[in-house]
Amino acid sequence: MSTATEQHDIHGDEHAEHGLSDLGYIKIAIFLAAITAVEVVFSYTQDQLGAAFLPGLLILMAVKFFMVLLYFMHLKFDSKIFSLMFYIGLTLAVGCYAVFLATLHFFQS
Amino acid sequence: MADTAVHADAHADHGAHHTSTGLSNNKLAMWMFLGSECLLFGGLISTYMLYRGRHSENLGPDQVWDIPFTSASSFVLLMSSLTMVLAVSSANRDDERNTKVWLSVTSLLGALFVAGQVYEFTTFYREGLGFTTSLFSSSFFTLTGFHGVHVSVGIIMLMSLVGMISKNKVVGDKKEVVELFGLYWHFVDVVWILIFTLVYLIPA
Repeated sequence: MSTATEQHDIHGDEHAEHGLSDLGYIKIAIFLAAITAVEVVFSYTQDQLGAAFLPGLLILMAVKFFMVLLYFMHLKFDSKIFSLMFYIGLTLAVGCYAVFLATLHFFQS
Repeated sequence: MADTAVHADAHADHGAHHTSTGLSNNKLAMWMFLGSECLLFGGLISTYMLYRGRHSENLGPDQVWDIPFTSASSFVLLMSSLTMVLAVSSANRDDERNTKVWLSVTSLLGALFVAGQVYEFTTFYREGLGFTTSLFSSSFFTLTGFHGVHVSVGIIMLMSLVGMISKNKVVGDKKEVVELFGLYWHFVDVVWILIFTLVYLIPA
């Protein structure tokens, strides 16, 4: 009995470690598709949105980016060392190319 | 005694590895590789952003983009990420049949995306937008072409994996191998999420 209970616990932990259920992944995919649809609507209504257009689009992009990273790629459930490996590359890339674009006066145009 | 056996199984189930970190070196290497890929695509995206205004009057992004078509392509690639995660999930349940089915569906969706990209490139070329037409076109074709090559490599890897699983020739932990392929595929999707917004949706 005790062994059976422990085995149940182990499988429960294993499930948690590996992320969501299949239904959970489907829900996230639907959410991502909905955000993509909103992004496309944004691109057709930029005149009405005015100053909110660019920040809004970038926020939606970031939400999609991190949803895939955290749930589909399991970074939320995996060891923090994996996150560190990826975020080091990402931070270097964003920092390096932000300086590159700023040096060439991209943000002033 | 039975408890010891259960703990040994649990140890194996949780994928603990005999490494200094207790983590899979293969997975660690894949994450490092994906981190380094951020630098590659960051460079290509930045170069495009810098040059997207450098074109002739009638052959700029606003004239050639077909947003509904690209949105459909993006949706296809997004759904391939779902099928890939379902393949990983099936592999974790030791469901070999569904793993192969979902991997095959993922590669088909990837192929559909690449076909869409080839169609898009052909259309642009017929409209007069070649690789050397302008700085805008060069940076655009380089960026999206590199991404297309990554998707194509992913399709070849997925099809090879389906064949290897069928012939039982996967070396090492099968679940981990499927997961590593999944990480690569999701990264390709993540890069397209950036390209779709920064290149197609934000006007030049």
